[in-house]
Formats: sequence, structure tokens, C-alpha cells
Amino acid sequence: MMKVLLSGNEAIARGAYEAGVRVAAAYPGTPSTEILENIVQYKDIYAEWSPNEKVALEVALGAAIGGGRALACMKHVGVNVAADPLFTASYTGVRGGLVIITADDPEMHSSQNEQDNRNYAKFAKVPMLEPSDSQEAKDFIKLAFELSERFDTPVFVRSTTRISHAKSIVELAEPEKREAPKELQHQFEKFVMLPRNARVRHPIVEQRMHKLAEFADLFDRNELILHDTDIGIIASGTSYQYARESFPTKSFLKLAMVHPLPARKIREFSARVKKLYVFEELDPFFEDQIRAMGIAVTGKEVFPVCGEFSPLTAAAGINGTEKTLENPPLLEYLPPRPPNMCPGCPHRGIFHTLKTMKLFVSGDIGCYTLGALPPISAMDTCICMGASVSCAMGIDKALGENNLGKAVAVIGDSTFLHSGITGLLDIVYNQGACTVIILDNRITAMTGRQEHPGTGFTLMGKPAKQVNYEVLCRALGIDHIRKINPYDLAQVKSVIQEEVNRPEASVILSEAPCVLHRREFKPTNRPHAVDESACIGCRACLQIGCPALEWHNVGDKGKASIDQTLCTGCTVCAQICKKEAIREGK
Amino acid sequence: MDKVTNILMAGVGGQGVILASEIVSEAMMQAGYDVKKSEVHGMAQRGGSVTTHVRFGKKVYSPLIKDGEVDILFSFELLETMRYLGTLSPDAIVLVNNQKILPPSVTLGKDEYPDTIPGLLSARYPRFELVDALGVAQQAGNAKAVNVAFVGVLSRFFDVAEDIWHKAIAAMLPPKLVDLNLKAFALGREQH
Repeated sequence: MMKVLLSGNEAIARGAYEAGVRVAAAYPGTPSTEILENIVQYKDIYAEWSPNEKVALEVALGAAIGGGRALACMKHVGVNVAADPLFTASYTGVRGGLVIITADDPEMHSSQNEQDNRNYAKFAKVPMLEPSDSQEAKDFIKLAFELSERFDTPVFVRSTTRISHAKSIVELAEPEKREAPKELQHQFEKFVMLPRNARVRHPIVEQRMHKLAEFADLFDRNELILHDTDIGIIASGTSYQYARESFPTKSFLKLAMVHPLPARKIREFSARVKKLYVFEELDPFFEDQIRAMGIAVTGKEVFPVCGEFSPLTAAAGINGTEKTLENPPLLEYLPPRPPNMCPGCPHRGIFHTLKTMKLFVSGDIGCYTLGALPPISAMDTCICMGASVSCAMGIDKALGENNLGKAVAVIGDSTFLHSGITGLLDIVYNQGACTVIILDNRITAMTGRQEHPGTGFTLMGKPAKQVNYEVLCRALGIDHIRKINPYDLAQVKSVIQEEVNRPEASVILSEAPCVLHRREFKPTNRPHAVDESACIGCRACLQIGCPALEWHNVGDKGKASIDQTLCTGCTVCAQICKKEAIREGK
Repeated sequence: MDKVTNILMAGVGGQGVILASEIVSEAMMQAGYDVKKSEVHGMAQRGGSVTTHVRFGKKVYSPLIKDGEVDILFSFELLETMRYLGTLSPDAIVLVNNQKILPPSVTLGKDEYPDTIPGLLSARYPRFELVDALGVAQQAGNAKAVNVAFVGVLSRFFDVAEDIWHKAIAAMLPPKLVDLNLKAFALGREQH
């Protein structure tokens, strides 16, 4: 068959196709997003963006109960949202295979924490496979479906950023032909988790994990690689690749199944090698279990718990300190280049205004979290999806009347639909005097512009109903709903001022599409330019952090200028300029 | 070739660094090598620094290059070049596109964009080359082909047939942009 270069995420999508998956559901989240974006190319698979990960897992579980093979994909913190169905799906087991992808983000390249989701496998009593490159990512998806059906269990496949977003060579195979399930099966004892049935299911789960542990010992992808036996290294995923590269002549136990562990193989390996290392990113997940088996092992005393590993980590931990590098910096200081809101981004004017109003901003997860960074620096909290709304409620209740006019919650459209609605319902029901600004840019922007229930289209490209935020908020019981144009700074300021000073709940809908959203964004103005004779060099315009604005010297005076290829004509800088020096270009 | 070749590509979001890495990886696979490449997507993309690791050889394990083992630093922007010198091997090739993109602290007038970069690099690295890839792309007809023009310059360092590069470019670009990019590639390959 053909060989192609695939990312881990593309390989997972291909694996699902080759395994004959019928239903795939996910909420976008780095580094998992591209799995479903790639699955849509396989027309036999029904694929959806669900409003959140809990819904995605329940849709997939339903498909499995219906007899079809199903896949649910999420980033590591998404599993927190989906944890409720996860733990009980472990009890019910499946009919068609059910595979859950957890894409972890060691180093937090694009995440709020770096939790190690191998712990979920142990906690929920679900087996977990961990590929170490794209070929394995594809193979392990197919294997995971076989295990799911053979052992009657959901199966986790864990990826990390360096698997999901790394490309390597994959050999393609023909897809399995699977018919749609013919009928439903009523299985009261298996699928109705009333206490009496759940009490019967729990021992079945324990027996299943025993059988899986026996299987792990026979499983040939848990691979003993015996070379020099002075050092033996137990590793999985990319950690295995880093260690193998640094120590090609040493012995390895490469774990493909990271839960449950193959106890006999581990004992055999430890007996064969003189010094045993466990080289695992993040938590001492293997290490603690291996120690509990009474086996002496070196792990977290020489390898870090925090952050992602690199090819240097294994060598540094095993050899002691690495040789010093031969290329010291040539310049002492380099101006940093942090991520930035795009030129013309509708969030910029809102956050600039919030800064000038000195409000406490209860923030959330999305592109707009960049509003927390200089030069804007106008966000005071960022916890998890939806927390902006409910935290604003807690702030209001803690301060009481002292909170009036001081705080506001800010949440994106996709995040609001994911888990902001219930928080807003709480504000209405328990009478918080909170103001929630919904930044509706018509798309899930941060992860690369995915559809959601407010965009009018599905993942598979079908036209769909669009949530009406105004009607939704009114139905929840919000009496004060205002719409603003985020590019009109005077309006933005006056409306926020009025609403935060109102001793009642209110919602402000900020409506303007993401500038990268081609279907919706239509620039209304031409790029703007600075009239150098009017510019006094006060730098006020530069405080909004727009990449299109530049600073240069004219004679001995500094002046602002605008990059014509980047400017979208959003006018935010022009409104800030007190000398009216920024005008629409010709 | 048993030894793995390590290319670290660096630049600024929007310069087409990732696409360049896709073309090089595809070409190396077509040429019969094992290939791995790795980068980070998501929040890091928004106008920030971008790097991608491309590795090829007989057998590649790690998707990331070990610090101190970069054979070629392929940098799309002067300042970005300076961030990754610690990753270079002693006799590394330092191939730099002569383009400046001002970071926010410079546009705000808080920092100066250092103007000594080419001199510093050429004093330390005998295999430093400064290339006007933007000029090459403009000559080919569109400044946006700067990344493929620069890949053309890079291609001179490998013993990979020209038609393999052409196939890789055709595989990675939308059909209507292929001719322009093939021209940019050819002009880049003729540099020096």
C-alpha cells in the first residue's frame, strides 16, 4: 500500500476510517482539533463538532450502544468535562467499539495546565494505548477498537502535542467494510446504571481489568528490546523516541499499553538489566506502580516532573549534566515576539476599552485570552471553559454592593455555548448583578476556525440552524440585553458603563466576525494611513498592540505608521488618535 | 546516508514556515528517506515566533532535534535567527532570509531592532549565507512565494533530483499556485 507523511492527528483519522468507524464526535481543542477536521474527508463516517466534550463522549457512547464503532476526541482538559459519562461508560461497556482520544499538552503550548491523563485510565478503570509515532497512531486506533469489543470496554488512546503535531511516514491500508447496525438491543442490566445494576457491573469491571493486565503481558506491542543490559529504560510515546535516540545501544521496554501495565514483562526486564530507569513525561505514573511491585527503579529523582521532555532530557538525567553548548548567544537581549491578536481583530477595541475603564475582567478560554497580555493587559482571571461567567457570579456575591460598577465577565461565542449557558442561568436564578459580554465572532477562532451551533454550518458542511443569543439569553431570564459593534469605541464604552453600573444581571452581545473568517468577514473600509504632519508622536495608538502599527523616526522625531498590507481598516487606532492623524487611505 | 540530517526552520507566523517544512519533508520522503517533522500549533501561531523541526535519514527516532545537533538553521527572519543559535552543531549551515519583521516592543519604540545581525553571524559561522528570498519571490511574480523561493535556495544543499522537488511542491500547493511557486523555486535554486 501507499506510504504517506501524516501527522499523528491525520493518522488517527485514517485509523478510524480503516477501522470502519461510523460516528466521530469532538469539541475542538489544541492539540486534538485536526483529528475531526481530517475525518470529514472520509464520507462513510458521520462526524460532528459537539457543543462540548461531555456531549461528544455521550454521542459516541450512544453510537456504541447502538452497535456502531464510535470515536470521541478531545484535548486533555476536555476529558475533565467528559469525566462524568466516562466513569459510567467504564461500567456499562459497549456494543460497538468505543475509543476516546485524549490529546495531552505537556509544556502547555496552548493550554491552561499540563495534567497527565494517563491518570484517568487508572481512575476510570479503562485501558489506554499510547503511540510513539504516526504509524502507531493509526495502528493503535484499529487495535483499540478490537480491544474495546473484545473486552467490552471503552479504550483510551493517548496522544501528546509531539505525536499529534509531528509528521512521520505511514503505510495506508484498506478500510474494513462494516454495515450499519440493523437493530437496537434492550440490555437493562448492562446499560441502565441504577444502583442494583451498577453493583453488578463493578465487579465485572474489576475482572475486565485483570484480564486486560494478563493481555498486556502477552501483547507484542509492549516490546522488549534487549541490547546492552547495564542500563534498561522503560518508556512510551515520544519519551521512548527521545531515549532510544540518545541510547541506541541500551535495552528498552517500550510500552504501547500504558494501562494496565504488563507486570510479568516489567519483572522480566528488571531482572535482565543492571540499572532500571523509567523515562516518562509528567507524572511518575509507571514509576509509582513499578515501585509498588517492589522493583527498584530510578525516575523522577533524575528526570523532571514539569514540562515536556526533549532529546536532551534522557541524556541529561542518565549521564548527569550534558556537555555545555558551543554556541552562546550573540546578543544579550532579543526583543520578544509574543502571540498577538490579528490586525483588525474585533476583540482589540473591547479589551482596550475595558483597560481604560479599569474593570476587573473575569476572563475565559479563546483568542481573547490574549487580552491578558501587554500592551493591553485587561484580563484578571482565566481558569477553564465557561468559568468567566460563574466566577463573575462568585465575585459579585463575595463583594455584594461593593462590586457594583467594578467587574465584568468576557466569554467567546463558542466558549459560551460550550459551558457558559449554565453559569448565566445561575446568575439569573440566584440574582447576581453581573454583566456578561459575549464576544460573538461567529466561529471557534483560537483552534483555527471550526463551526459551532452559532455559525450556521455543521462540520460536514451542511447548513444548520443558528443559535439566537438574544432569544436564548432572554429565555434564561436576562432582561437587559444590549448589542454593540466592537469597532465603535464610544458605543462600547457607554454601553459597558451603563450595564456594569446596573444592579441587575445583563448581557452585552458584541457582534463582529473574526477577521480570518472568510465566509463572514467583509472589510468595510480601506486600510488606514498616518498623516505624518498631524502625528505628534504621542504613541497612544501603539497601546492597542496592533501588528499593523509601526513606529519609525522622521528626522529626529518618532512617528507612527501603518503597514498597508496588514491593516484591515478597522478604525480602532483612528478613534484613539486625539489629533485625527489616522485616516482612511486612498 | 546513516546520519540523520537536522533542519531547524524558524520565522514569524504568516511567513509560510510550516508550508516550507511540508515541502522539504515530502521531498525527502520521495527521495527515500525516513522523515519526521514537528511543530506547535494553536496559541503560539498568532503572529508569534514559529519553529519547525525537520529530520531525515535512514531511520529517525525523535521528532525533535537535540540541542547542539542542528545541521542547518533555515531562518526566514533576521532576529528570529538569533533565538536558536544554542541549538546549532559546531559546523552548522546558517541560511538566513534577509527580511526584518518588527516585534511589538520595537514598533512600540521600547526596544531597538538590532542592526548588527548579519555581521555577528558571518563572524562566527563560516557557513552563514544571507539570501534575499523576498526579492527572488517578487522576481517570480508574487512576494507571497517567498517561502518556496527560500526552499529553492535550501534545495542546493541536498542531492535530491529537481523533479522530486517539483512533485513535492505540486503536492503541497493548490493547483492555481503551482506554476508561480515552481518559478520561485527555480529562481531560488539558481542563487549564488
